[in-house]
Amino acid sequence: MRPLRPCWIGLGVLPLAGCDGAQSALAPAGDQAEAIGRLWDLTLAVCVLVYVLVLLALAWALRRRGRRRATDERAMTKALVAFVLFTGGTLTLLTVASFVTDRRLHAPVRDPLHVRITASQWWWQVEYLSADPSRQLTTANELHLPVDRPVRIELATTDVIHSLWIPVLAGKQDLIPGHHNVLVVTPRHVGRYRGQCAEFCGLQHAHMALDVQVDGTEDFAAWYAHQLQPAPTPRSAGANAGQRLFAASACAMCHAIGGTDAGGRVGPDLTHLASRRTLAAGALPLDRTRLAAWILDPQRYKPGTNMPQVPLQPQQLDQVTDYLMELQ
Amino acid sequence: MCSRFRSRHVALAIALLAAAGCQRESREFQTAPVEGAQPHPRLSTLQPGHPLATTASDIGAHYANNAWHITQGGRLYRWFNCNGCHAAGGGAIGPALMDAEWRYGGSIEQIHASILEGRPNGMPAWRGKLTDQQAWQLAAYIRALSGNVRNDAAPSRREGMAATPPPTRIPTQPPRGGDDSSGTGPAP
Repeated sequence: MRPLRPCWIGLGVLPLAGCDGAQSALAPAGDQAEAIGRLWDLTLAVCVLVYVLVLLALAWALRRRGRRRATDERAMTKALVAFVLFTGGTLTLLTVASFVTDRRLHAPVRDPLHVRITASQWWWQVEYLSADPSRQLTTANELHLPVDRPVRIELATTDVIHSLWIPVLAGKQDLIPGHHNVLVVTPRHVGRYRGQCAEFCGLQHAHMALDVQVDGTEDFAAWYAHQLQPAPTPRSAGANAGQRLFAASACAMCHAIGGTDAGGRVGPDLTHLASRRTLAAGALPLDRTRLAAWILDPQRYKPGTNMPQVPLQPQQLDQVTDYLMELQ
Repeated sequence: MCSRFRSRHVALAIALLAAAGCQRESREFQTAPVEGAQPHPRLSTLQPGHPLATTASDIGAHYANNAWHITQGGRLYRWFNCNGCHAAGGGAIGPALMDAEWRYGGSIEQIHASILEGRPNGMPAWRGKLTDQQAWQLAAYIRALSGNVRNDAAPSRREGMAATPPPTRIPTQPPRGGDDSSGTGPAP
């Protein structure tokens, strides 16, 4: 047998690099992911044990081959009984563990935060629901959550089947047209995480990420209060022109900016665009250069996206970008 | 295998069939730049004397024969609230789009012009609010609502509820009295 080459070992280690951090199911940061993680650990342990036993049995059989011995009926019967009992017991254990985990995932929660996530091709609309309409909030492609408080996420979609998967918080839950699903998560660790679409939904399925931020209670309340504010009034002359241009041109047909005349609901809400970290559902990091490049030609970065290439003069593009970058 | 039925003949036949279907579904996400001025469609077939030679435009035919553009037009129809005045094609405070009556012409170029320019008595002008490609897509979809679409370009899949049968099953109603061809204004 040829010795294992170093490059193959390196390739074996590479997948493990994804195990820590923002999007790993092996690093749970919430109750539901913790329950799933425990079940996974149990399954792994059982499978490793069974695998080792099978290999030992195979080695023993290989050692024994060629030697003709009379079969001992009673020993054989005992071995078979033991095997059946072991298998039955293992399967029962796994079934019970699965049942217990499922109960934990669907346990009723008290006083959850209510969020509705509506998926479209290829972005996430995130609405924070409230009994008080003045405290309802709409944003896009990001989900901020307070730590230690359960969140009840209603899932809907406007077009095809999507699936929400935030590995550090919970398992996958589909968003199905004409149907409402619910996902409950209880984050336990503050941090920045990532979710993504887990059901193939079209050309840009791979660029449909959700930026998840779990904050302490005060930080979350501050963020929430800030997001409830309408868009800040533009400060510079360029941004002023940009605001007028935004509402007058094709931008306002699809996008909404709270506090202005732009009220399109077809595309992501841009009221506090500049406070986000990513653009186009995680396809690009958000900074001025990339925002301008995105507006100039969305099809270059996300071919097939429903945002058209709006013809803008260079000065108009500057003005619109200035305005959007002021929307903290 | 029978010698008459060689596998490479079969492969060639399949490749030809596949190639024939390529155009109708190709997804053009970026508008090709248009060279020069586009001829403006006429709104009326009345003219004195002999008919002028018309220059047909390929753009309209290009969008009308592409299934993806027609489906995108259907989405835009819903997103931009054409339903608000035209319902799902049957008309409400705006005229019906499913029939053969067109006040300002029912060819795809004339519909495209109506969308971008607006028309008296309530049709808003969408130039500057819609890109040119979006207006063509809408026009192609609206033509499909009255069955004026080739069967191999009509999408057989619907997005959401609809008031009409699928575009492949709508009976064709050519615009009555209007200029149905790709007739345009006189060449400059």
